[in-house]
Amino acid sequence: MASLVRMPEVAASATSAVLLAWNKQVGEAVAVGDVLAEIESDKAVVEYTAEEAGTIGHLFLAAGAEAEVGAPIAILLAPGETAAEVAALVASLGAEGVAQAAAPAGAVDAPAAASAPVSQSTARVFASPLARRLARERGIDLSGVSGSGPRGRIVKRDLDAMKPVPAAAVAAAASPAGESAYREIPHSGMRRTIARRLSESKATIPHFYLSVDCRVDRLLALRGEFNASAPRKVSINDFIVRAVALALREVPEANVAWTDTALRQFAHADIAIAVATDEGLITPIVRAADTKSVSAISAEIADLAERARAGRLKPSEYQGGSFSVSNLGMYGVDEFAAIVNPPQAAILAVGAVQQKPVVENGALACGSVLRCTLSVDHRAIDGALAGRWLAEFRRVLEAPLSLLSVA
Amino acid sequence: MAAKEHDFDLIVVGGGPGGYVAAIRAAQLGMRTALVEKDKLGGVCLNWGCIPTKALLRSADVLRLVRNAKTFGIDATVGGVDVAAMVARSRAVAERLNKGVAGLMKKNGVSVLVGHARLGGGGGLQVEAADGTRRALRAKHIILATGARARELPMFPAGEDGVWSYREALVPASVPNSMIVIGAGAIGIEFASFYRAVGVDVTVVEMADRILPVEDAEVSAHVASSLARDGIVIHTGAAVKSASRRDGQWQVALEGDGGRSAQADVVLVAAGIVGNVEDLGLEHTAVKVDRTHIVTGPYCETGEPGVHAIGDVAGAPWLAHKASHEGVLCVEHIAGQPAHPLDPLRVPACTYSHPQVASVGLTEERAIEAGHRIRVGRFPFAANGKAIAMGATEGFAKVVFDEASGELLGAHLVGEEVAEMIQGFAVAQTLEATEAELMATIFPHPTMSEAMHEAVLNAWGRTLHL
Repeated sequence: MASLVRMPEVAASATSAVLLAWNKQVGEAVAVGDVLAEIESDKAVVEYTAEEAGTIGHLFLAAGAEAEVGAPIAILLAPGETAAEVAALVASLGAEGVAQAAAPAGAVDAPAAASAPVSQSTARVFASPLARRLARERGIDLSGVSGSGPRGRIVKRDLDAMKPVPAAAVAAAASPAGESAYREIPHSGMRRTIARRLSESKATIPHFYLSVDCRVDRLLALRGEFNASAPRKVSINDFIVRAVALALREVPEANVAWTDTALRQFAHADIAIAVATDEGLITPIVRAADTKSVSAISAEIADLAERARAGRLKPSEYQGGSFSVSNLGMYGVDEFAAIVNPPQAAILAVGAVQQKPVVENGALACGSVLRCTLSVDHRAIDGALAGRWLAEFRRVLEAPLSLLSVA
Repeated sequence: MAAKEHDFDLIVVGGGPGGYVAAIRAAQLGMRTALVEKDKLGGVCLNWGCIPTKALLRSADVLRLVRNAKTFGIDATVGGVDVAAMVARSRAVAERLNKGVAGLMKKNGVSVLVGHARLGGGGGLQVEAADGTRRALRAKHIILATGARARELPMFPAGEDGVWSYREALVPASVPNSMIVIGAGAIGIEFASFYRAVGVDVTVVEMADRILPVEDAEVSAHVASSLARDGIVIHTGAAVKSASRRDGQWQVALEGDGGRSAQADVVLVAAGIVGNVEDLGLEHTAVKVDRTHIVTGPYCETGEPGVHAIGDVAGAPWLAHKASHEGVLCVEHIAGQPAHPLDPLRVPACTYSHPQVASVGLTEERAIEAGHRIRVGRFPFAANGKAIAMGATEGFAKVVFDEASGELLGAHLVGEEVAEMIQGFAVAQTLEATEAELMATIFPHPTMSEAMHEAVLNAWGRTLHL
């Protein structure tokens, strides 16, 4: 029987999406797993693969058109079926077939019977009661979810496993295209999202930058002592995240985000950690890090990073956040300036700990120095406030015993 | 040349409830399948575990019923308790089912090879028969389902006078006057229950702070007080400090629980089990072993491509139905069918003591630890019409829900024949029913299962009969 392909929910809570490009045209055969189209939501571009085999009988949208999640986008024909089935199916859709396809460029080929009587019937979604309730809670439209239960029934694990879409990427580097020979690597959905969100951040957020050198000799000694007896080793970065959280608690005016209507001040320090994966950058969040011990933060980062690399993060684990930390110290980077990760208002870029000449009591000495650069959204945070926050951060890092407190 | 590369598509090593079920499923999917077993088809479950213990415990139930006959208006007395006859019946039951498994293998076209199998690496396997003859075989896939055996305690070496494992306890040469059971898990508690019913003085020693430590704390407490009422002495939070055998008696000094001591004719060791990982030729493969079980992935894969492991040898929970389920999912995964990894929270567990215990999913404590905001509902069988009519008012039903989503996180039953009821909650979990569907389900009246319905209602303050 001819079947409808509907606009999938490519990102959690997205209500509509743009059909960027069709990979199949009317008349082309489709196998299960073939890429039908590239679809873009406000968070990601994904390749939409066929769940059934067949032949494309009709495309409701032109490339570039937007449609609501769940709206019909194509008709797939079974062997032996013809335009008659297409017409019948389009007729049964009634207004849904065209009304939801808010296509500026119009449909690819005109629906055969767009004026047929309206019928409310749509394809029945098979989902467990628990999946239905979770979808309601999470704002997910089940018509865009593919089920892994018996006969494609949607169950809880399908919602839990919905592919995380990348949050804003944080650091960027562009290499100019040369004149010589090159090959073109197609953009992944994640790469497109990183490009779009960072362009948006850099173009719309008035950035400014403050740098500071932190003496970390005492922190290094403390970490050594801590790890000598701790059941799990904590990293310098874990301490830095804890210091960021404490500084945000001390200077709550800096724990904010700009929105068009109001300045949003957060009750807790939800700190996003930049994690590099094979696909690109993603920023899982340590929630309420101001209430967690450095060991707890360390364990949580390890877990989040591991699941980020496996692509198993839940959307709730990487969406939102009040502040980001990006650390390139492991590559020996001395200092860098990161791009603010919207909707947050600040990001701390952390370099490598380096042995440097320092002046102590008027004499030259050798010290361990960590250079940190804060990038700030000036709409939300002014220079003096950012300076006050950075000074507090440095104070905590340089007097590190307070980092071991639990609350 | 035309020599066939493989003798079988799949060779299953071990004919217990994991192995033989895997073999049947493979045969159903069209694989050329062989099953290697060195002892008896059906494994420990059928020959030395689940089934024969249930036969013995049924005898204890009948005995209890006859003793209480007067309550039901029947004048009957117990003329005698013939444990040897109970054991003979238990063996006959096991024997009958053992033949049944052989019949199933034949019907499904599974080749049964008698002998000990050792892996040779690269899909090769050698089967050594009892007479020493060896046969080399090759298979595309191998499933190890070699099971487990009772853990031995150094203080009570197997084979020593007056030391029993479940095996001796199933076929006692004579019935002791007294018995110390080490370990209050399902096996220890079932034997304690049986031997107490036939008149043995039973003492239970458990290291954890409660009996049936993996069950919900309320269930443990209920069973403990019920067993104590039947005259079983229970020491929890206690370990054996020293033991000696004098004049046919074990003298056991305990550490913890007030440092008591106990003495008995027999010590029954029921302190867990260890996987049968020895002498399987694993050293020729990349199969990894952690302590005494084989390390496996979500689809029962081992470190060696083409070699899988299921059931007890692949780790806890040590339950026959877990082994069978893994057998099916492993074979379906091998065959490229859609399969899902085992969800440990959907494995029911039953203890056939008196009263029985049955549970699935998270205990109240574990649900809170897992970060859920929960709703808990309870309903006692004492308020259930059918239970009162049956004279089976002991126990209760308890359910644990996630408050926000209505997900049934766990269910815990204690009482008469509750092992037959827990599947209702297991089905609800598989179908991902929320409290709404459970509430909307019509439970037949009068049945003890109505207590399950009432417990769900109770979690939302809607109990009808209390």
